[in-house]
Amino acid sequence: MSEKIETLTDATFDENVKGSDVPVLVDFWAEWCGPCKMIAPVLEEIAEEQAGKVRIAKLNIDDNLDVTRRFDVMSIPTLILFKDGEPAARLIGAKPKAALLEEISAYL
Amino acid sequence: MPERRKVVIIGSGPAGLTAALYSARAQLEPLVYEGEPSSTSDQPGGQLMLTTDVENYPGFVDGVMGPDLMGMMRAQAQRFDAELRTEKVSRIEVSPWPFEVWVGDPNADEPTALADTLIIATGARSLMLGIPNEERLLGYGVSTCATCDGFFFRDHHIAVVGGGDSAAEEALFLSRFGSKVTLIHRRDDLRASKIMQDRVRANSKIEFKWNSTVIDIDGDTKVSGLRLRDTVTGEESELDATGLFVAIGHEPNTALLKGQLELDGMGYVRTFDDTTRTSVDGVFACGDVQDHYYRQAITSAGSGCMASIDAERWLEARGE
Repeated sequence: MSEKIETLTDATFDENVKGSDVPVLVDFWAEWCGPCKMIAPVLEEIAEEQAGKVRIAKLNIDDNLDVTRRFDVMSIPTLILFKDGEPAARLIGAKPKAALLEEISAYL
Repeated sequence: MPERRKVVIIGSGPAGLTAALYSARAQLEPLVYEGEPSSTSDQPGGQLMLTTDVENYPGFVDGVMGPDLMGMMRAQAQRFDAELRTEKVSRIEVSPWPFEVWVGDPNADEPTALADTLIIATGARSLMLGIPNEERLLGYGVSTCATCDGFFFRDHHIAVVGGGDSAAEEALFLSRFGSKVTLIHRRDDLRASKIMQDRVRANSKIEFKWNSTVIDIDGDTKVSGLRLRDTVTGEESELDATGLFVAIGHEPNTALLKGQLELDGMGYVRTFDDTTRTSVDGVFACGDVQDHYYRQAITSAGSGCMASIDAERWLEARGE
């Protein structure tokens, strides 16, 4: 996995997301989810290309139920873009790179 | 100039990847457009990417996870230098030869690639109900992927719509999570295979709602209930389910092919003489896009192998 992608947990979520200067795109995922695996390489590309403009982080829902429940995630992959610590955009299901970029570009 | 290839394969489920494996081993240097990430069953890897245990693929004594199986098929094709691109074909033209393939802007003057032979393996997608609020609540209680989302429905009352093997499989899988699973079917009997029917009927968590269709979904921010109609009496009723999984069948992914290849009465690509040949000489079709009857991973893979051999022989006969 790219070192540009961060890993968040229930314990580290708030300090990393609430206090971030740049928007954070959080990928709610799990090991057993096929479409989650599909978008992993796309997220790595975005992390490389948009470095400095957006941070990309993964949160494993199996291990981090608190954050998962707090944001009512009921389907994975779900991507939530946090701007100034608040959810600004929410994308459900795997999508092509161009579509992902289009949906988040307004907030970057 | 667009690049010219001996074999271009569109699709990367068991059919597309088996065609890639065979044509790569035949030194035909296939180019595979595997599609782009999505959660609507036209994604790279095909429908098995949305499943869990595959128990009937020969060779896997203890079963194999769908996404793992597809990962292995992909790696095997790449081992023989099949070139896979995570892109979606936007247009084909099969009246000129070599055949023309576009990626990206379908109105671009020049195609992206030229193909001496074209193998269509675009598969099929899950049908949705097409009822009010279904799309709005997708991801908020409505799901097309039990394996992705079952986890979120622990102790929920979950409804599954459909009567075939996929519906039975989803109901069984979801019974691990839900407090109760109601299988809603528009007829009064399942068309699932005997073994799946037996398992579903033996599962104490699964109940049946026969002769029923879902006509609307309640819920502001997430699913709070379903509105059903009895297909015999027309009577309407409520079901207090908070999860809705749809498994009512498939339709072939043929948007690219309209006006290009002959389709059968049900909209699947017509193949001829027990081969993978289509109505256009040099274009072959394999997997679920041309099969509404068997629709198994193994039959898809088998027809992918046939398509590769058909393409190879076609090229040989042409002296290519």
